[in-house]
Order: sequence, then C-alpha cells, then structure tokens
Amino acid sequence: MTPNRTTPTAMTPTPKKKLRVATTSLAGCFGCHMSFLDIDERLLELLEHIELDRSPLTDIKHCGPCDIALIEGGLCNAENVHVLRELRKNCRVLVAVGACAINGGLPAQRNHLDVRDCLQTVYLTGKGVSRGFIPNDPELPLPLAKVHPLHDVVRVDYFLPGCPPSADTFWSFLSDIIAGRTPTLGHGLIHYD
Amino acid sequence: MSQTFIFDGHEIPFEAGQTVLMAAAAAGYYIPHLCYHPEFAPHGSCRVCVVKVNGRPTASCTWVARPGDVVENNTQELTDLRKNLVQFLFTEGNHFCPSCEQSGACKLQAVGYELGVLSPHFSPIYPDRPVDASHPDVLLDFNRCILCELCVRASSEVDKKSVFALSGRGLTKHLIVNAESGRLVDTDIEVTDKAMDVCPVGVILHKRRGFAVPIGERRYDRRPISEVDLEHQRTVREGGPL
Amino acid sequence: MSALDLDALLSRHGHDPTRLVQILRDVMAIQNRITPADITRLGLALNISRARVEGVTEFYAFLGTGPRGRFHVLFSDNITDEMAGSVALRKRLLDAFDVKLGEVSRDGLVSVGLTSCTGLCDQGPALLVNGVPIPRLTPARIGALAALMRAEVPIAEWPENLFPIHTHIYRKDLILDTPLAPGEGLAAAQALGPEASLSLLATADLRGRGGAGFSMATKLRMCRGAPGPTRVIVCNADEGEPGTFKDRVLLSDYADLVIEGMTAAAYLTGASLGFIYLRGEYPFLVPHLEAKLAERRKLGLLGVTFDIEIHMGAGAYVCGEESALIESLEGKRGIPRNRPPYPAISGYLGHPTAVNNVETLAASALILRHGADWWRSRGTSRSTGTKVHSVSGDVARPGIYEFPKGVEVREILDAAGAKNTRAVQVGGPSGVMLASNELHRRISMEEVPSAGALMVFDDSRDILQVVRNFTRFFAHESCGFCTPCRVGTTLVHQMTERLATGRGTRRDVKDLPRVAHIMRTASQCGLGHTAANPVLDALAKFRPTFEKVVALQEFLPLFDLDESLAPAREVTGREDEEAHLREEAP
Repeated sequence: MTPNRTTPTAMTPTPKKKLRVATTSLAGCFGCHMSFLDIDERLLELLEHIELDRSPLTDIKHCGPCDIALIEGGLCNAENVHVLRELRKNCRVLVAVGACAINGGLPAQRNHLDVRDCLQTVYLTGKGVSRGFIPNDPELPLPLAKVHPLHDVVRVDYFLPGCPPSADTFWSFLSDIIAGRTPTLGHGLIHYD
Repeated sequence: MSQTFIFDGHEIPFEAGQTVLMAAAAAGYYIPHLCYHPEFAPHGSCRVCVVKVNGRPTASCTWVARPGDVVENNTQELTDLRKNLVQFLFTEGNHFCPSCEQSGACKLQAVGYELGVLSPHFSPIYPDRPVDASHPDVLLDFNRCILCELCVRASSEVDKKSVFALSGRGLTKHLIVNAESGRLVDTDIEVTDKAMDVCPVGVILHKRRGFAVPIGERRYDRRPISEVDLEHQRTVREGGPL
Repeated sequence: MSALDLDALLSRHGHDPTRLVQILRDVMAIQNRITPADITRLGLALNISRARVEGVTEFYAFLGTGPRGRFHVLFSDNITDEMAGSVALRKRLLDAFDVKLGEVSRDGLVSVGLTSCTGLCDQGPALLVNGVPIPRLTPARIGALAALMRAEVPIAEWPENLFPIHTHIYRKDLILDTPLAPGEGLAAAQALGPEASLSLLATADLRGRGGAGFSMATKLRMCRGAPGPTRVIVCNADEGEPGTFKDRVLLSDYADLVIEGMTAAAYLTGASLGFIYLRGEYPFLVPHLEAKLAERRKLGLLGVTFDIEIHMGAGAYVCGEESALIESLEGKRGIPRNRPPYPAISGYLGHPTAVNNVETLAASALILRHGADWWRSRGTSRSTGTKVHSVSGDVARPGIYEFPKGVEVREILDAAGAKNTRAVQVGGPSGVMLASNELHRRISMEEVPSAGALMVFDDSRDILQVVRNFTRFFAHESCGFCTPCRVGTTLVHQMTERLATGRGTRRDVKDLPRVAHIMRTASQCGLGHTAANPVLDALAKFRPTFEKVVALQEFLPLFDLDESLAPAREVTGREDEEAHLREEAP
C-alpha cells in the first residue's frame, strides 16, 4: 500500500488472505459495473485485498465459495433467480448494488402492466410486426409476472444505492468491508439517482 | 425572559403558539419532516417529525410548545423510527429516482439521505397509479404522492380554488382533481398557482421544465436538507423573499 | 338521477353541507350508486368543491361511484361470522348468480362483497342487502334470498321473518335491571344543580365505556367550562369494534336510558345541540329511536332548550374515534383530528362537544338518580360499577352479560357456556387476546380493559386464522391519513397472511414487532396504535402455533416464484422444466 496516499478511506494493510468477490448483473444495464471500474487506478490497490470469482471481469462461469457477492440488476426472469440463488448459496455476504437490485429500478416500471400484454404487443400486435410469434424456445428464460428487487427472494446483507453508485461510494463501501467496519455512507456518497 | 423548553438537553426559547418543530428550527435545530411547510398550518400526516415530549411520542409539527416540556429528538430510537417511516413511503409508492424530475430537489429523497436510508427494507408494493398529462402546462405523476395535502391546502387557502382533494381510504387513498372527467385540464389550475410550488416530491410538475438544473447544483446536492430547510424556515419566519 | 329529485332531496336536508354524508346515503338508497354527474351537481348545489364530495363518497364503505347490482349484498366478515360458516354461505350465493366476489353479475342484478363486523355476532352469520341487515343465515335462507333477488322483488316486500334482530340478555345488573322513568335522571340532576351533579359523577368515577375510559365528569366539566355560546352532546353509537353489540341492545331495549343520559348531560353542560351518531349497519334502530325522541318532545323533555338529531354513519370503523366522528358529523371524511384541542374544548363546528359512548350515557342517568354509593357498590376501587359485555363465538349462549367491573373472564365464559376455550379476544381486535391459562384475569381498567366485546375461540380454532382476520380488518379500516398506520396495517396483514398460509419465516416473526412498534409510537390515533395488537399478543402467547408453521428456511421468497411464471407460460405455451421455478430445499 503506498504510504503517501491521502484518501481518508485508503485500504488497511495487505492481509494474508484475500477476500473472494463475485459480481454479476441480473436485469441490470451494467452501469453499476462501469461505475465500479471508475475507481480507476484504485483498482490495483483493491486487487491486493480481493480476488474475483464469477464476474463479467473474469470468465468464471459459476460461483465457488466466496466472501462477498456484488449484484446489480433486479429479478426480471427465471434465469435471474437461478443466478441469484447460486450467489446467495455460495457467498457469505450479499450486496444489492444499485437501484434495480434494491427496488426493481427501471425494469420494474413495467410492473403496472400485465406481462402477457407486454409480450403480445411486442411480438404479435405491435406496430411493424409481421408474422409475429412469441418466442418459446426452452433456452429462453421466461419473464416473471413482475420485476422484483433482490430482497424479495433472498436475504440481502447490504444495500448500496445509486443509479449507479459512484466510484467513491464503491470505494468507501469496500474499504469499510475490507477493514471489518460496518459500512456507512456520508452526505455526497449516498444517493438514489 | 422568554419561555423555554428543553430540547435534547438544550434549553431553547419559544414564542407563545410556536410548535416544537418551529421553535427548534428557530434555535437552529432541524427535525426531519415531509408534510410540514412553514407557510401553512401543520398537517401531521407523515409522522416523520415525531419526537418524545415528556416521554410521550408526538408529532413535533403539531405540538404547541409549553414551558418546561422535555423534548427528545436526536435519539437512536427516533432516528430508527424516522428511517422506517421513510421506508414505508418508499415501499408504498413508485419512487423511481433516476428518472424523476424532482430528483435532487425532492424532500422525501433528501430526508432519506439525511437519515441514511439505503433500501426500502420491505417488499415494494408497486401500486398501479396514473399519470395525468392532460393539461398543456402541468404534469401530474401520482406515483410519487406521499399524501401530504400541501397542494390541497395551497389550492384552497391561497389560490382559493380547490383544484386538489384526497379521496379513498387506507392504502387506496389518493389525490384527485376537481373535475368530473378526473383530468387536470378540466380544472381551473394555472401555472402561477401556489399549488404548483408546494409539492415536496415530484407529483406536480411544470411541463417542459425537466432536468433544467445540472446534477451537483440541485437544491439538496451541495448541502444536506437539514441546512437548506432551516434556512427556508428562517426566511419565512423573517418574512423575507422566498 | 334527475335534477328534480336532487332538489327535493337537498331541500329535505336544508342544502346544508354538514349533512353531506346523510345526503349521499339518501342518494344510495334511491339508486344504489352516486354517479360522477351527481357529484358535480351536489357540489354546485351545496357550494362546495366537487372534489370534496367525491372524496367523501369514496371514503365510506356504504357510499360509492362504483357499479353495483340492483341488490348489493355485503357479507359480514368478522371472525365470528367465519366461524359460523359465512364463507360457504357466501359461495352458495356467488354460485347462484354466477358472480365473483367484488363484481356485478352480468345481468346487473346482484353484486356481492364483504363488510366489516355488522354487530350481529350473537345471531350470525349476517349480511347487508342494500344496507338492510339479515341475520341468522342458513343455506335455506340464502336460497330464499336468491329467489327473491332473481324475481326482483323489492326489499320492502320481502318476508317479514327475514329481518328481526333479537335481543338475548343473560345477565342483568345495575344498568340493565334498574328502571328509570323518562325525566327522572334529568330531574335528579336539576335537583342537585350542575356542580353537585358533576361532583356526584366524579365521586362515582364513571369512566367511558367505549374503550378510552376517560372520566365522564371531567369531560363534561371541560365542555361546560369551555368558552362559546353553543355546546354539543354526542352519543357515540358507532360500535364498530368487531364483536361488540352491547350498544345495539342498549339502543333497542334501553333507548330511554341513553336519551335520558344525553338530556342530563345537556343540562349539566348547557348544551343545546345533541346528536346520536348511529352506525350505518343499524338502520333498523332508527324508527324506534325517532319514536322515543318524539315521545320526549311531547313530554317537553326535548325540543325546548335541547334537542337530539340522529345522524347515520356510512361504514367506517374509524368514525368511532371521537374526533373522526365529529368530522363525519360535519359532512366530511372521518379523519381523526390533531389533538389538542380536544373535542370538549373545540369539537363539532368548533363548539365544545362532549362525545360519550351509549353505555356511559345510560349509566350516567342512573347514577344521577341513585347516587355514587349505589354505583360503587359494584366493581373495584379503580374501576367502579358494572360493565355490559357482548359475548359471541364458541359459547352456548351468545348475547349480553352485565357483570361488575373486576369480574374474572372465566366467570363470564361459564355463564355463557364456553367449553374447551383456547383463547378469548377481549375488547375486540384492538384489545387483548387472552390464552386459556389467563382466564382468571379480571376485566377492569387496571387489569384487562374492555370496551365490551368478548369473542371466544375453542380448541378447534386456528389462532392464525383469527389473527389473519383481524389484520385484514385493520388494513381495510385504516383511514389512510398517517404513514405508520396506512402502510403499517398493510404490511402487518401481508406478513400475517404469509404466516397463516405456511409461507412465513423467522424474518416475518422478527419484522412484525418492529412494524408494530412504529405503528404504536408514531400513529396519529388509537386505530394505528392498537392495530398490531392481535398479532403481537398471538406471537407472545401462542408462539408454538407460529413455530409449527414457520418455515425451516431463514428466508423464503415473498411471492410464489412458480406462480409468477404462469402468465409467461400461458402466452408461450411452455410447460418444460425451465418454464418453472421450484422451491429450494432448506
């Protein structure tokens, strides 16, 4: 760890064992992942304390035992539920990251509509559709009747709001976790938009 | 020597008729609140301003201060309670901040930030609420309504119009407009009405005026609501320009 | 509704906006709905905003703009009705007209819904048809009703035997067994004079018997001493607490006592205006009460310095709260006011108003006549006199029992013929649930307070279903003004539903006390403060009952995941395994 760094939330000294972290985007836009990467060169310091397991940043397809899961995106279809369950089962701490994971977010704006009407309009009766048919290949995950936040289906340990949470918010949160402190977010770091 | 009461251990003065919330604000202490507006009589519906007066929980916006009252405000119990009430509101309505025109200038959001609310905690209800875009200059997005009735009071007491009212009971309680069609365009609302200015959240909006203020410069971006609100209350108290 | 009819109706009500609830009730009686056009016309005619008229229309359960059948049937959904088989009877009627709950039959003839306890718990199950109560439902009765409705016979021509509400009094004491001639109570008060009379009531320590237990003498004194030219006496006959029907019996069989109490209270406070706020579920009492009032006017006991008007409720439990009741009297939505000021200082139209329960008024008349010692000969030192209880549920003799205050609950149960009692709900859902090992406890203000309802559950009953019924009641009746109650009652109901249907987890068991605490601490009125009581009591006293059904998992999804995929399965026609989501093993 560089001794002349002045950020108040700098990491603690390098531990012997790194924390294993899994990340995923369920029904998310990956904006939270992009914002996480906005920690820029602090990523190098972070990687002295964590190792990535399943994540879009690695190519690990299935999650092994992990310490932390960072999950953006809410629950829109059956596959989202499977992935969420896998991460909950394998990770000791689960963090709902961003508006979608916390309250359904943008995809949840369809919740006052009937999902059948949505599918029928898009694939059958909508403008410009000809010879439409609703895809039913078994490989396609079916959408849930409503979009749900993560805590409707599994226990969530922490919430990191934002759309997306800023890089500084991620940094503050992860610094706290790594140091063993209960995370808190001050004015400027906590926002819902 | 003016009369005083004890507020979080501090002796603070009050004028006859001032509520605990008002007197505390005058003394520089912010009590989180949503449905209170210094230009209107207190309402008492959001309950976020609950304090303990002589051990009894009560809304500080409606409790008229008495000499010797002992008021607790900044306790863990009350902070947790207020957090939960904000969570109740986020659970009840459809509060999607990222696309809301009021974001950054919204009291519900700012009080959430102030209290450190990170999630709705409960399972969001996702009610089916309408948007009324019938009026050429005003948009009503009922998804965000917290039933504070400020628009009802402003329209009736200041604009002398009665454009808004509350209808229904319990969780189905909702804002309605004064028109048989149920549409705002059939009422006598005007953009200069006081009712256009008082909504603490993003229900009553001027059309063609969305996202005009850059992020970073919105009402609660630079300073927390605790500071901004005390200043607003002082301005009203001293009768200055709003 | 033609303009002509509306004019006549409004004239009858003096074009008075404070009579808006009464006016809207009359419109419902004529055409079974209030149309948006009616609302506009009413607003114009009464010089109030149509939005206000609409707000009132949508607040009360018995008023509405929604489509209703020619016969609008509301089944009472109190737990005692359920225990007596109302669900099966309801299904029978729904099937007879091929209609779903909450909908109107295709021919527009019948609509069926639910309503909160109608106060007929000693003779249920009950329903209201176009506002008229019909008790003692059986399959045969349902069949008869269905036939009458199908033949479109007007309710006024239905067989007489469908309607009578019976009185069952099994134990009388001071209030129910002491005769009083009209005028005797008033004469006693006049002989003593107001100050001495109020002192007498204070010495007798008569406490409100509607649930709040406030000292009547103090209330009348506050009202008397408050500034203003006009004072008002209100009899709170809203009796909405499920399981309570003692005021119904007092008004049907002891109306003189109640009116005497009001008249004496008017004398003691100098009141000129009086109201009996009668719940909308008791329309059958109106002719009887009007006749009694007319008698008294003939005798010069009313109509000289003080007169009484009957004002009907329209289906809102919250209007039993005194300040919400006053709002309703003023023709507004029944939203409780911020207090202070209290109604005794500033109430109906700002006048000092003393609101008292039916039973309290009846007792006061007798106390003025017979003295404090007579009253104190019963009860305890801190809860004087007697209390009238309405007992229902799993008892051989549901009905009215008057006992001295301080009576052990088991004594009442024995008198009523209860067997194998598992639990007793004392004071209605907003009161206290007692388990079978607590029946020695006494009903008094200092021990187990009660407004009069006693619902008894034997060991065939599922406590979870009882609690579920109660939480549904509160969610339906919350006025919606304040955040903690409006949202809290729904959350409590949702969590209780999950627990009662085997989908609850330990997290629900943990969250319930938290939500209850928020409601109890922050709510604006008594409804919010007490609405979480049933589930908290049940958790405390019937914990193993919850533990038996609580899931092994720490956390279960809050919705049925597989059900959630059903719409998509439907439109894609898929039934393969991936089109389903199965429960995870614990």
